Formats: sequence, C-alpha cells, structure tokens
Amino acid sequence: MGTSTLTPGREAAPTLLRLATAGSVDDGKSTLIGRLLHDTKSVLADQLAAVEDASRRRGWTGELADLALLTDGLRAEREQGITIDVAYRYFATAERSYVLADTPGHVEYTRNMVTGASTADVVVVLVDARHGVLEQTRRHLALAALLRVPHVIVALNKIDLVEDPRQVYADVSSQLLPVAEALSVPVPAVVPLSALHGDNVVRTSAATPWYQGPSLLELLESLPPGRDLPRDRFRMPVQLVIRPQQGARDAAHVDYRGYAGLITSGAVAVGDEVVVAASGRTTTVAGIDLGAETVSRAESGLSVTLRLADEVDVSRGDLLGSGVVPTPVQTTSAVLAWLSPAPLREGARVLVKHGTRTVHALVTAIHERLDIARLTQVPTTSADLNDLVRVDLQFAEPLPVESYSSSRDGGAFIVLDPQDATTLAAGMVEVPGRE
Amino acid sequence: MTTLTPDLSALATEPERPGLLDVLEAEAVHIIREVVGELERPVMLFSGGKDSVVMLHLAAKALWPAPVPFPVLHVDTGHNFPEVLEFRDEAVGRYGVDLHVASVQDYLDDGRLSERPDGTRNPLQTLPLLDAIAEHRFDAVFGGGRRDEDKARAKERIVSLRNAFGHWDPKNQRPELWHLYNTRRRPGEHVRVFPLSNWTELDVWRYIAREDIALPSLYYAHEREVVERDGMLLSPGDWARPREDEHPTVRTVRYRTVGDMSCTGAVPSSARDVEAVIAEVAASTITERGATRADDRLSEAAMEDRKKEGYF
Repeated sequence: MGTSTLTPGREAAPTLLRLATAGSVDDGKSTLIGRLLHDTKSVLADQLAAVEDASRRRGWTGELADLALLTDGLRAEREQGITIDVAYRYFATAERSYVLADTPGHVEYTRNMVTGASTADVVVVLVDARHGVLEQTRRHLALAALLRVPHVIVALNKIDLVEDPRQVYADVSSQLLPVAEALSVPVPAVVPLSALHGDNVVRTSAATPWYQGPSLLELLESLPPGRDLPRDRFRMPVQLVIRPQQGARDAAHVDYRGYAGLITSGAVAVGDEVVVAASGRTTTVAGIDLGAETVSRAESGLSVTLRLADEVDVSRGDLLGSGVVPTPVQTTSAVLAWLSPAPLREGARVLVKHGTRTVHALVTAIHERLDIARLTQVPTTSADLNDLVRVDLQFAEPLPVESYSSSRDGGAFIVLDPQDATTLAAGMVEVPGRE
Repeated sequence: MTTLTPDLSALATEPERPGLLDVLEAEAVHIIREVVGELERPVMLFSGGKDSVVMLHLAAKALWPAPVPFPVLHVDTGHNFPEVLEFRDEAVGRYGVDLHVASVQDYLDDGRLSERPDGTRNPLQTLPLLDAIAEHRFDAVFGGGRRDEDKARAKERIVSLRNAFGHWDPKNQRPELWHLYNTRRRPGEHVRVFPLSNWTELDVWRYIAREDIALPSLYYAHEREVVERDGMLLSPGDWARPREDEHPTVRTVRYRTVGDMSCTGAVPSSARDVEAVIAEVAASTITERGATRADDRLSEAAMEDRKKEGYF
C-alpha cells in the first residue's frame, strides 16, 4: 500500500458534468438531445439504424431521422409521442463525460424536473423562438433557482423558423432580465440554435452569422462544475462504521475501525481536526482509506473511510465536519416540492431522510403555496401533487440540517410515507431551528 | 439591444477535481454502502460477466477491510460458457462470498418452465430469480445494469422498487432526488439496486484497466469455432447447433458480453489485452447489446417488456 500525496486523481481528465433539460415536447427537447448525442458521435450505428427504421415506419420524411426517437424509450411514449419520465443519456467528448437527465416539461410533470435538477450542475431550458419566454419558461427557471442549480443556459430552439432571428434573440434576452432579477439569480446565457438542423448545438453555424457566441456544447465544455460551500467546510455523513474484528480479510486489520462515507463538500487531510456534529466532540484524522489504498488527502465527491485518532462515539447517521458544523435541531422551516397524488395536510406524520439519517417528523404547519411562475405566495393549509409549499417541521430526533441556500447537500432532504414507503416530497431547509 | 451572448473567457477556472472514474467509483461505493446500512438481506447478482465482476470489486472496496457482508446469486441459464463458470467459482472464492445458484435447467427438468421455440433462455431467468428472492427473503438485489445499455434501462432508477410479483412499473417510479436513496418498502416488496447506472461500456473497461481486474478469458481475443447467424458469430454447442446452411469456421473473436451461449454473439477482434479492448470499444460504432444479443432485437420494446415482468 503506497501513500500518494494527491487524491487518486490518476486521470486529469475527463471530468463528469451532470446536466438536466427542461422544456416541453413541442420545444423540440428530445430532438435537441438526440442531436447532442448524434453530433458528439455518441449514437452508434445500430441505434441509429433502429431509429431510422422506426422513423420511416412512422412516416418521417425529414433529413437524417427523427432523433427524438433516440430518447423516447418507452412504448407508451412512442405511442403518445411524449416523454413520461426522466430518462438518462450519456455522451462524451475528449474533455468531459455527460450524464444528461431528460425531464418532461409539462406542468403535471414538475416532479420529474425537480428530480433531474436536484443533482444537476447545469440546467438547459428550452425556449421555442416562435413563442419566446412563456409562463412555463419562468417556471423552469424558477425551479432551477429554487434547487440552486449552479448554471442555467437557455437554448433558443427553432431559430431557423423565425423571420428576424436577431430581433427574437434580443427580445428573449431582454425578457429574461427581469425574470432573473426577480429570482435573484445570474442572467442565463442564451444560445440560438436549431436542434432539427444541428445549428449551434455542437458546432457553431454559418446559418446565424449575427451570433458571435459559442455553441451549446462549447459552453457546456467550459462550465466549471458547481461547488456550494467554501473549500474549508468539510462535510461527510457517516454511512457505516467498518469494524471487521475477527472477520477481517487480513489478520492485520482485526482492530481496524473506520468511518465510511461520501465527502459532500470541502476536503479532508490526515491531521485535520474534525467534529462530530451530534456531540460536538472533536478528534483528528489519523488516516484516510480508499479501499485498500491509503491517501493523505481527499476531496469532495470521493467515497472514503476515515480513521480517527480517538475512540469517539460515531455511528451511521452522524455527520463529520470541520470548522463550524451545524448544530442539530428539532425544528426547521422548509420548502417542500410535493410529489405525491395524496394531498399533504397539517399534522401529517412522515419520515425525513437527511444525509444518512432517517427520522420521524411532524408537519406542524403549512404556511403558503409558492406560485413560482408568478413569484407570488398564496396562504394554504394543504398541498397537492406538484405544489411547492413552505412548511414547519418537527423532528423526533435532532438533525444537523443547514439552509439549502448555503449547501445543497446539507439542506436537502426527502420526505417518505411511514406506511407505504413511497417518496412524498423533496425538501429544502430554509431556516434551521425556526419554531 | 440587450443580448445575453455567453462569454467563455469570463468563466473562472476551477481547481482540479476528482476525475470521471473516481466520481463513478465514489458514487457506486456510496450506493452499495447505503444499501448495506439500510437493508437486512441484500444479495448481488453475479454471473462472472464483466459488469458483475466490477460490481463485486466495488463492493469489496466499499467494505474494506471487512468482508463483503452479503451473498452473490447467479441465475444460471444452463447455457453458460464453461470458462465463465470456472471464473465465477474462482472469483467467489477469491472474494470470500457465498454463492447461490438458481438454475433454469432445474425448472425445465421439472416442468415449471418450458423451452421457447427460439431456444433462447434469457427470458426464462425471471421465474428462478423471483423464487430465489422469495426463498431467501432478499430485500435488495444488486444488479450490474447500466442506463446506457437500452432505452428502457435509461429510465431506471438507481434504487428501483419491485412489487411482490417482482414487477417494475415504469409509469409509477419513485422520484429519486439528490443522492438520497429511498430503500424502504412494504412486506413482500424488494428493491433492485444498480450501482453502475451511470457507467458506460467504455467507463467499465477503463476501470477494469485502472484497477487491474481479472476477467474471463473470452473477453479477450482467442481462436474459436463459430457460425454466422443473423450477422452474429455464435459459438456452436449443444444449444446452438449449426443449421443445414451454416458452416462453422475458426475465427479470431472476443465477446463483449457473456450470456446465454445460444444468443450471445462474438465479434471479430484481435484485442488480446485490456488496452487493445479499450481502443476497440472507443472506436466501435456498434453498441454492445446490438452487436451481440439476439434477444434484445426481438422487438423495439423487448427490454421494457421483460423488465416489467421482473427481469433484471
């Protein structure tokens, strides 16, 4: 077992970028994704042959094939010509590999956009150049803002179908300014493109000589993946305590005791002081293991096992951190994206999973429903499918939550039904500890 | 006029981050650890094929230096390549895990299943799998499925619920948010867990190279007697007898997937080591299933139909 001085970044490149798309069927979203896959050479001969064949049988007469068929995978979708659930697609360049969450854009499928955007580094919002910024566009931008997606790009599709593309581009750009301001987010970059013809999707096109910017892919290639906490704020929810004792695969490890987890932010190095959030107890990092390999330092995004200098009381569900770690609280205010057909009422008994801990919780109050397209709030005492509501929660046991605005990982939780085990809601902590 | 033309030069450069394989490995290890932390009786599907070998390697890494705390299960079609079965047994011994075998042949012998007219046995694996899950009361089944393999798999969750009949309902999947997995279920239900969801075939091969993972020999180029059928090179054996008009010839081939011998085809290849395979996969213009799996060609929605019935 050698000790390396770096994280095991044995490859400088490629990196991984997670992207989600938002837009409606009619905006040409599946076609755009098909185009990204096709033009990055991520569609292989047999897939394309199957799509060409299916296109012909459906009466497609355009160039190439109906690239939307590459992504509309399920039988019901092909029959209805719509996308009914999040599908994941993969494409790669020399620089980067992309995981693309293709999320349906109809109002009733808000839950899918929340799903796709929750892990995304970037959301690409489609706008049809013929229609400009619609209520749906505002909803997609607002959801991306609510979920704190680090980057948002507007893909102005079907630019080939408008009379004065330059004017449309300018109009859409100016329509986005007040929306971004109201959401307190940076104004998204806008790329004019034609998914059908491939203009400005992977390569910049002579068809838009008035546009001097990068293609959509060139922009994606240059985005830094998001970080949401200063680098010094190390966080690792403990998944397992690894104590092989007599079962160790090697007798040298009978006394091994390690705390396994995924580093959600910051970095950790041997010799660093770490805090157990629940008890406030501090100790130092004696060793960092990645499987059988020992390293001196590990970064956010890696799964590691930490050995600690002192025997501290740490178990699954605890949070290890450095610097200022969140104090566990029993109450919080939060925004819930309600994802269940069964409505939420005040007084509901639920389960909350935050980090690696799941606790019983009570929805003590429902304050208002957020109309994110209009940026207004309506007082309410219940929530229906796809509603976004501000609530107060009481936990049966203290949880070290942070506000979602300061940390996506520290502020995110899911709400589960204790009876039927379904996932009821996505939750984002607003103010921890608010009564 | 106002325009929002993106300016690439304005984007800050980031400090170095973990690379692609590090991130994929960390995600898979995290998923395996979540299941071990939250469920009582997991099992890992293990055929000796490359994806399941990578998955077992990741499990060993996730729990090191403790042993892998769950058994592995092989649903044996009875049509497996002997060298893969040998490799399976050797690997199980090396990792120190218990092996359960659910045998399709047993089901054919006692009449619980009957052979299909086309002779393929992959669709017959579902019933023995579901019976094994019920018999051992497994509550989580790790599978090596990847979302890039098939259009229906592209819609699959990382932690995917199956009802008491093992069925998957693609229209009624739980939303999967952030990296917070819901592993809870009602009595009789179980979850299928796919730690390699976000890996591509090329990622798997690059990881095999990086970690120096041993594989069955038929993943590398070797001489083999094959017959050409529907554009695929099939290994003639007891289960895929050459037809009248087919003439077996010796070719230099390798397998991109190993499954039922009667419907898993080899590809012409001279790639005798992992670097050569990576170069070949990177340059390939045919997806791994399209080139090699007759059963996925049955219909445009073949995989979706099998998944709904409980296939992995």
